[in-house]
Amino acid sequence: MPEETSHIPPAAAAFPPVSRREVLQATAGAVALAALPGGAADSAAAAEAGAAAGHSLRITVNGHAHELAIDPRQSILDVLRERLNLTGTKKGCNQGACGACTILLNGQRVNACLTLAAMHDGAEITTIEGVAQGEALHPLQAAFIEHDGFQCGYCTGGQIMSGLGCIAEGHAGSPAEIKAWMSGNICRCGAYPGIVAAIAQANKAVRS
Amino acid sequence: MIPFTLQKVLTEAEAIAAAGQGGRYIAGGTTLIDLMREEVERPEKLVDINALPIKHIRAEGGDLVIGALARMSEVAAHPETQRLQPLIAETLVEGASPQLRNVASIGGNLLQRCRCPFFRMLDAGCNKRAPGTGCSAIEGLNGGHAILGTSDQCAATHPSDLAVALIALDATMRVTGPGYERSFPVDELFRLPGTTPHLEHTLRPGELIAEIRVPGGPHARRARYLKVRDRSSYEFAVVSAAAALHVEGGIVRDARIACGGVGTRPWRMRAVERALIGKAPDRAAFEAAARQATEGVKPLSGNHYKVELLPRTIVRALEMAGEVA
Ligand SMILES: Cc1cc2nc3c(=O)[nH]c(=O)nc-3n(C[C@H](O)[C@H](O)[C@H](O)COP(=O)(O)OP(=O)(O)OC[C@H]3O[C@@H](n4cnc5c(N)ncnc54)[C@H](O)[C@@H]3O)c2cc1C
Ligand code: FES
Ligand code: FES
Repeated sequence: MPEETSHIPPAAAAFPPVSRREVLQATAGAVALAALPGGAADSAAAAEAGAAAGHSLRITVNGHAHELAIDPRQSILDVLRERLNLTGTKKGCNQGACGACTILLNGQRVNACLTLAAMHDGAEITTIEGVAQGEALHPLQAAFIEHDGFQCGYCTGGQIMSGLGCIAEGHAGSPAEIKAWMSGNICRCGAYPGIVAAIAQANKAVRS
Repeated sequence: MIPFTLQKVLTEAEAIAAAGQGGRYIAGGTTLIDLMREEVERPEKLVDINALPIKHIRAEGGDLVIGALARMSEVAAHPETQRLQPLIAETLVEGASPQLRNVASIGGNLLQRCRCPFFRMLDAGCNKRAPGTGCSAIEGLNGGHAILGTSDQCAATHPSDLAVALIALDATMRVTGPGYERSFPVDELFRLPGTTPHLEHTLRPGELIAEIRVPGGPHARRARYLKVRDRSSYEFAVVSAAAALHVEGGIVRDARIACGGVGTRPWRMRAVERALIGKAPDRAAFEAAARQATEGVKPLSGNHYKVELLPRTIVRALEMAGEVA
């Protein structure tokens, strides 16, 4: 397994362990900003000040409690991916339009990209990483495999999280209902027939 | 995203005080966070109002009363909404996606900002985003834009479906300001662009939307929403119509019609309503009345089709309402 926690540069030493991904991002950001006029660099400085003044966030993700200092601008999506290394939740559009970032927030399906983490202190989150019981797949995950509910797989985590919400809400009673209530999840590969079939099957399994 | 501070408030008084110091309310954030990330919106201070006790949904007399922080999904699924105002439930479910509706609030829905692509394009002229920079849509791509209520400075439509239903149903809203409350028709919330398209609503700075009240009546049951769009779900309206009918003895006694996707604000169709009163609720009467809807339209280069689509959408919505048992 690659070493996830790398050397922390002095400026960031006040933060909890930084992943390699974060360091790479920070470096790329600094390079990009160097090419910009003063205003943007100022806002980068302000960003650091904001982060240093940062909010402390306590969240439970897939049953594990975390406490971390965050910048108020960070979405739950960014916290999951960049701080907790839970990269199963995908960033598609970052605008609420694709559903790739769907998680369960306090039991309800939401778009993690449009939620500020700092507004959800104390939240309970389930991500795609928390759906299987150890090696045993959830019936919905197994149904996705059985019905070829994906091709490239990029949307799949979001589809499954949204499918769990759809079933729990009682909106998976017929293919037409599933289509309407899964409309917040776009699949560029067009695996929709398999997705609908998988949710219909899992709905029966869960309800019987 | 430009840095900002975030303050969580627990009471309306605290919220209003924080807004008085330049804070901007945030509810679900599904409009605001998106536009802040694009740097179209640049608040320096956000006031998180989600802990305020204005999440109620209840019947009062025959009225449906909805707290501004109730979520779209909760309002749509609530038995009192379905019993008293099925049009509100239908309209909410036709908007956004299940994930967004779980987060998006009723107050935020009314104040969501336009979906004109140039509004988000920082290097394009847009009088709404940056007054005086011109409108890129009027001479440019404008297939989705308004045909009613436009000015030479802006032609963006108001994107809310809910607002269309609330205006058709004569809903009122209660807002709280520093040391006062006031109530007024939701219809009065929305402004026309005129020469000030950056001013979209009539709230005074710092006013908090507290509650929406939808009066009941014999029209409320026979009410439907038709949303025509480029795909069948999870898309904003090209043209939409909310129609409510009160029919007695085979005659239309009362009609309420409002449309989305065609106006720079949600558009009540009073002339169409008047033309229906006293008529039998049949297709011929609907078609004759719907012709009134296009009085005064000003189509742009790309949206002439809406002049035809608008009356057809109204006719179909009226037929749907007429079919309600
Ligand atoms: C991909 C996508 C598709 C969508 N499709 C549709 C659609 O088809 N139909 C539709 O109607 N909508 C649609 N929406 C818009 C969505 O419904 C709104 O974003 C949502 O309702 C806004 O509510 P919010 O609580 O998230 O608002 P926020 O983003 O929190 O706030 C929006 C604005 O309202 C202000 N505000 C919020 N609450 C109050 C209050 N109580 N008092 C005073 N000011 C307040 C805020 O300051 C801000 O200016 C879509 C959104 C997205 C992202
Ligand atoms: S990444 Fe959140 S909806 Fe697309
Ligand atoms: S499987 Fe490729 S986007 Fe859905």
